[in-house]
Amino acid sequence: MSGKDRLQVFPSRMAMAIMKARLKGAQKGHSLLKKKADALTLRFRQILKKIIETKMTMGEVMKESAFSLAEAKFTTGDFSHMVIQNVNKAQLKVRSKKDNVAGVLLPIFESFQDGTDSYELTGLSRGGQQIDKLKKNYAKAVQLLIDLASLQTSFVTLDEVIKITNRRVNAIEHVIIPRIERTLSYITSELDEMEREEFYRLKKIQEKKKKIRALEEKRKAALRESGIEMKEAPNILEDDEDADLLFTD
Amino acid sequence: MALASQKGRLIAVIGDEDTCTGFLLGGIGEINKKREPNFLVVDKNTSVPDIEEAFRSFLKREDIAIILIVQNVAEMIRHVIDSHVQPIPAVLEIPSKECPYDANKDSILRRAKGMFSAEDLR
Repeated sequence: MSGKDRLQVFPSRMAMAIMKARLKGAQKGHSLLKKKADALTLRFRQILKKIIETKMTMGEVMKESAFSLAEAKFTTGDFSHMVIQNVNKAQLKVRSKKDNVAGVLLPIFESFQDGTDSYELTGLSRGGQQIDKLKKNYAKAVQLLIDLASLQTSFVTLDEVIKITNRRVNAIEHVIIPRIERTLSYITSELDEMEREEFYRLKKIQEKKKKIRALEEKRKAALRESGIEMKEAPNILEDDEDADLLFTD
Repeated sequence: MALASQKGRLIAVIGDEDTCTGFLLGGIGEINKKREPNFLVVDKNTSVPDIEEAFRSFLKREDIAIILIVQNVAEMIRHVIDSHVQPIPAVLEIPSKECPYDANKDSILRRAKGMFSAEDLR
């Protein structure tokens, strides 16, 4: 169990200190990521709500635009071929800005006018008013659709990021932290084991020494009894001189 | 990419004649130097592969930020739309003149529905 999934470390006090630091780091990271995921989810829900609202509004606006198109057609006659053939340069373009939510860049589209209206003269002979209204309606629709597009882009991006963040949170919570904890407990148990071994060894040595000392005492006592005085150990320095072994002449 | 975003990007339309006309009058149409329009008029003679190809070419073009597609056309090439997962260009489904908007068919709303209860959608 504990031996299976843990980091490969040598059980020492230093490794334990390192592991403790790592555990702390992992916990901090976990709480931060969790906060990030919460912030993103909050934003995500707001965007989702807005998307649904805007999509519903879009239905209405599109209906209105289609109706005004029919009106214009009724007064002007069929002008769609002319319009489709006369396409030249776009006058309505989009620019993208970046919005930052908890470190995630969301693109926001905004439209701007570029160049002049190339259909200025459409409907000059008749139905100019209707065409004007039609243009206005479709411009409104385009505006709405651009808003919707930025919402939708944010939605897709956020969805992806939230998934990644949640995956990370879960990985830290269920894989990394348990692994570090297991390593820590392994190190602790191993250290305890070493301490017990050490203690046992000391006891054993003590016991041995005691036994040796007792034997010595016994031997001395026996010698004393037999009449040999052994007050102090014989001093090897006061012994008669040793004959030189090497430098003899 | 940087150049395209500086100059401003386009909105592409795929739809029936009326829808295209409307949006072109709104001023989003452009024909670039290669004579490629940023819209496709779908009538009953347009084949599905043609639409698919146009859609794919719009996806590839860097100067297009948003693709508007009429919902009944979107239905025809649903698999292509569903396989497009990048945020840019954004693909928007719009209602056409003949078919009212059906929220259940929209790729995004279908995904959104899984996260929201039924009351929120209404």
